[in-house]
Amino acid sequence: MTAFNECTMNPYINITQFTHLIVAHTKEVTRQPAVLFWGIVFPILLSIGLGFAFTRDAETVHTLGWVSNAENGPVDVDPGFVRCMLGGSEEASGRSLAFRDDGTFGLTIPDDKLGDTIFIFEPGTWEASVVRLKQGRISLILEAKPGKADGGGPVFHFDPQNPEARLVWHTLSPLLASSSTSETGDNESRIASVSPLALPGTRYIDFLIPGLIAMTVMMSCMWGISYGMIDKRSKKLLRRMVATPMVKSHFLAALMTVRIGINIVEAVLLVFFAWLLFGIVIQGSFAALAIIFMAGNIAFCGMAVFVSSKTANTEVGNGMINAVVMPMTLLSGVFFSYHNFPEWTIGAIEKLPLTLMVDGIRAVFTEGAGIAETAPAAAGLFVIGAVFFTAGLKIFKWH
Amino acid sequence: MAPVIEVENVYKSFGPVRAVNGIDLRVDEGEFIALLGPNGAGKTTLVEMLEGIQTPDTGTIRVLGLPWAGNEDVLHRFIGLSLQETRFIDRLTVQETLRMFAGFYGLGKSRVHEIIDTVNLAEKAHAYTMNLSGGQRQRMALGIALINRPRILLLDEPTTGLDPNARRDIWSILLDLKTTSDTSLVLTTHYMEEAEQLCDTIMIIDHGKVLREGTLEELLRGDTSAKIISFSFENPDPHRSRIEEECPFPIHWGGKNGRAAITVDSIEKELPIFFDFINTRGLRLQNMECRRKTLDDLFTAMTGRRLAG
Repeated sequence: MTAFNECTMNPYINITQFTHLIVAHTKEVTRQPAVLFWGIVFPILLSIGLGFAFTRDAETVHTLGWVSNAENGPVDVDPGFVRCMLGGSEEASGRSLAFRDDGTFGLTIPDDKLGDTIFIFEPGTWEASVVRLKQGRISLILEAKPGKADGGGPVFHFDPQNPEARLVWHTLSPLLASSSTSETGDNESRIASVSPLALPGTRYIDFLIPGLIAMTVMMSCMWGISYGMIDKRSKKLLRRMVATPMVKSHFLAALMTVRIGINIVEAVLLVFFAWLLFGIVIQGSFAALAIIFMAGNIAFCGMAVFVSSKTANTEVGNGMINAVVMPMTLLSGVFFSYHNFPEWTIGAIEKLPLTLMVDGIRAVFTEGAGIAETAPAAAGLFVIGAVFFTAGLKIFKWH
Repeated sequence: MAPVIEVENVYKSFGPVRAVNGIDLRVDEGEFIALLGPNGAGKTTLVEMLEGIQTPDTGTIRVLGLPWAGNEDVLHRFIGLSLQETRFIDRLTVQETLRMFAGFYGLGKSRVHEIIDTVNLAEKAHAYTMNLSGGQRQRMALGIALINRPRILLLDEPTTGLDPNARRDIWSILLDLKTTSDTSLVLTTHYMEEAEQLCDTIMIIDHGKVLREGTLEELLRGDTSAKIISFSFENPDPHRSRIEEECPFPIHWGGKNGRAAITVDSIEKELPIFFDFINTRGLRLQNMECRRKTLDDLFTAMTGRRLAG
């Protein structure tokens, strides 16, 4: 066989070529420690961290509001009534009801295979419960009217579009529908009814839109500024530009200004279509919204400068940007309330920049918050932006 | 004439590697100087120090009479720079890119149009930079370097990787600049032809040291024999030792294809002697070339290696 034939045989799979390519690409990846860290080690660390945080037990916790009557004041929780309404035949079913010192009470439904389901009821006034619903702290409100004899019966108030609320309703309503013997020995019918919530700010879309606005700002800043800067550094364009009288801070300020401008346009369009299609309105102060929006932009611009301050490797940059945006996207209450996460994580989650921004914007949109209510979050975001920007500028590598 | 660049006894190391090893350099106003050397010779490091982005470990560098430290803002106004393989913002046009850089110097549209004409990019003025060829991109980079009418132009291998035509386009722009301005040029290259064509002074650098410095004539005059007759014989190997013994001139055999060369003072006088030798020994030439001695020959003689390209 001639050398020519050897070379041209089997044109589709040439194992030697393939092997050399595999070896070359493997070396390319493994010889860059930063790429290895962000591409392999970091996702493992993240999965370990989140795994420990959220899979320590298999129990599912749902938090609900508990009001005695939509028109009346707070409920004086009568344990006997609650036990009668929720506990049912506790011993037979294995369900347990526990009253806590803070006034809340929990119903645990054991399940060996799927893990326990715990419903935590937070008694309160109708108004307070609606606010908590808007904040995503509770997924629905159970109006715990006495039995039909009193012209009542339990009523679930929730947005039918909210998947979590529907799940809670599906799980809880059969328990309430089951009749049990009351303390007085009467059989009371507790057929639960549903009252879809149509109050401004209580729908899932009302919860979602502020989260999306904040997340868009974060993504836009982190990818637009960080990635853009890393790309310019890798092309040696930064080095070329700083060899001119260009003021370095002007370069960064221009990048940030453009990005904030884009973010404003995006947010305005998002709100406009949310209003047009879903009737979403801004219930609070426009000034407060503008302040918290700008503060969020500054925070994420500062973080973007910090993240992109050193590397010229776009793969490393990808990893670093993902390391910042991914945990916040998951944790900060963009799509679902972070109050469903374990109690011990809530304090830390509330301090994340995206959480501050989401909560602030959501408060203005759904709770009618003003400058005073959003000022702490806005101040926090300004500080975060200033700290990261200053630190980033100190270590910034122009060439 | 006042020097625009003064470099005294500069050393620079990166870890265990000494990139620049005691270099002195003086560039006068209007002088074009080439730093000629192979890859890794230390040319780029020296230019980066002249550019102010690297600081020497020891030694001093003064640009326009000033050290870099504390004078960056002033010096950036008077220096033009073109790096190896700079890429620009992909979706900005040539004109937009030049306008951005002109803006850094407070210059307006008219200067941008002048530069577009200078670097012959009028046809591509509205093309995205990502759609430029390598030669066009380097011309744009040169245009950016010239936009502030620099007193000092630092060009780091501006024609590496370009085809001969694109390379000559760049040379033509620089030769025009030489005749029409007082700009001083420091050019790094590993193309000896480029150094010969463009520069008044040539510094041959290798391993971070200056091997020789001077005008082209001075460098070549350093060797008494400045002419080369290179040739190859038909079937030379059986005769090589006899030829070496009997030839009236010392023969240097090239590594490949049995090519040989002799150095002579005068082709007119010594070529007949060489032919006599060939005829009397019954040797048959396969080919022959007479030429002036080049920097490449000089570099090879000094280092035992050839310049790339």
